[in-house]
Amino acid sequence: MDNILETLKKLWLESGFMGFFASGGWKSLIMIAVALVLLYLGIKKKFEPLLLVGIAFGCLLTNLPGAGLYHMGMWDAYVHECPYDPVNDYALYNQAEERVYTQDEYYYYVAARACGRTGAQIEEHLETLHSEGGDISADFQTLVTSPEYDNSVAMSIDGSLVVELSFTDIAHLGGLLDILYIGVKAGIYPCLIFIGVGAMTDFGPLIANPKSFFLGAAAQFGVFFAFFGAVLLGFSGNEAASIGIIGGADGPTAIMTCMLLAPALLGPIAIAAYSYMALIPMIQPPIMRLLTTEKERSVKMEQLREVSKTEKIVFPILVAGFVILLLPSTAPLIGCLMFGNLLRETGVTERLSDVAQNALMNIVTLFLGISVGATTVAARFLTLNTIKIVVLGLIAFCFSTVGGLLVGKLMYKLSGGKINPLIGAAGVSAVPMAARVAQVEGQKANPSNFLLMHAMGPNVAGVIGSAIAAGFLIKVFGA
Amino acid sequence: MKLSEAAIDAVMGYAIVFLGIALLVIVVVLMGKLMAAKKPAVVSPVAGTAPVPPIPEKEPEKAPGAAGELKLYDTPERDAAMIMAIVADELHTPINELRFISIREVNKK
Repeated sequence: MDNILETLKKLWLESGFMGFFASGGWKSLIMIAVALVLLYLGIKKKFEPLLLVGIAFGCLLTNLPGAGLYHMGMWDAYVHECPYDPVNDYALYNQAEERVYTQDEYYYYVAARACGRTGAQIEEHLETLHSEGGDISADFQTLVTSPEYDNSVAMSIDGSLVVELSFTDIAHLGGLLDILYIGVKAGIYPCLIFIGVGAMTDFGPLIANPKSFFLGAAAQFGVFFAFFGAVLLGFSGNEAASIGIIGGADGPTAIMTCMLLAPALLGPIAIAAYSYMALIPMIQPPIMRLLTTEKERSVKMEQLREVSKTEKIVFPILVAGFVILLLPSTAPLIGCLMFGNLLRETGVTERLSDVAQNALMNIVTLFLGISVGATTVAARFLTLNTIKIVVLGLIAFCFSTVGGLLVGKLMYKLSGGKINPLIGAAGVSAVPMAARVAQVEGQKANPSNFLLMHAMGPNVAGVIGSAIAAGFLIKVFGA
Repeated sequence: MKLSEAAIDAVMGYAIVFLGIALLVIVVVLMGKLMAAKKPAVVSPVAGTAPVPPIPEKEPEKAPGAAGELKLYDTPERDAAMIMAIVADELHTPINELRFISIREVNKK
């Protein structure tokens, strides 16, 4: 009987439910509620459901105590350049519940690594100590005071040692979502998504009317406005740059920039970016009506010229070459975007274009959503900074719209009233939602107005503009 | 980060985006002009040879149900009917109050 009770007690103590009663467990409950709200918005309100449902479910999974699918601490210890050979090494993870070594052995291991010992050498020494006995603390002291000791390997944070982990370590020790998150951390998913975006994008309207490019540039105003606002609110340069890029209204670009500059903010930034993109039909129209007159909104634009197939094939090659040479840090995003577009336009790679647009895009979206959602760990998400990010994200979106509209109005004046300024608002990317909003607003002012194709020009220019803005920020604030 | 530094970075970043885009516009415009220049010009008849009479373009079939006025170029009747219905719906105007002249597929690959 005692055994049964003991077993039941053990089951209860080891269950995830106990986690809610542990220190800070209430935060997990709040995050589960947040996940349910996001699921509601994605499923019922159809807010970017393809990504938001995945993000919400990742948020739910990562905040279930004991699930062990994602380990925030492990990613805090991740380093790009592992100072030792991770393949032949013993990886360590010193979370209280997942420690491989005893604490003394762990400290010794870190110190020995910092002195350039290999994993095999350390293992051998530990076995010797274990079988023959010895003072491991004395050995540790000898190591940390030796001239070989390298602080870049073993850092002292709040008096405790932290091990630097590589992707191999994380793949070996991590949970399912840790492994999927490697695709975000390595910048693979955003780039693969950009191949799909490129394959789905028709740059024809932009080639037909290159002036639209300026509207795509103008609509990056919110990026830099929010960047400044974030610095004003006390964020560091890296964090402010990651927050500002929300104004680019381009999910993969925002994720890529944030992952490179401020990975700790990835969860709130991704959620803010995708939520506001879904809210574009609500955010933009009041600003459009405020900044334009009825007369301006009712302008009918001339039909665009026909773009030849050769132009469409040359365009992605030209843009990729030119923009990457100008700003090399845009290479992953612009390179993949234009590669996808080339697949679409060549006419001889239809199968690849089809895969990029459908199968690849869907698979990567699935992995991206759930692994970004996994970063919304309660301890990291439930902070004042999250609220600031949500507010700054909205400001970024609004001011990007303002920037596009103001330059649209300028073009309206310069062209003698031939350009409808509403298409400037479509420069915020968010393809094709922003272009549709311009079409709807234009048609409200003049039912015979068809702005969709004209708005698609600034819309796709916005994708290029936000990639350039991201490239600049990565260049300035990147390591 | 100092506010003054942030302001400089913000202004410079926005300027760089415009500069990059402006250069790209120049490149794209030049590409467009180059493509237009390379389009085969109309060949003038060689002196001494009899001019070839132009082949008359085949008059497209007229769609039924459009009072004989609507011309369809590379567009099936079914698609044309749908397009007319969509346009009428978007304009909130009865279809019999609209006059369709022709429908041509412009993005044919």
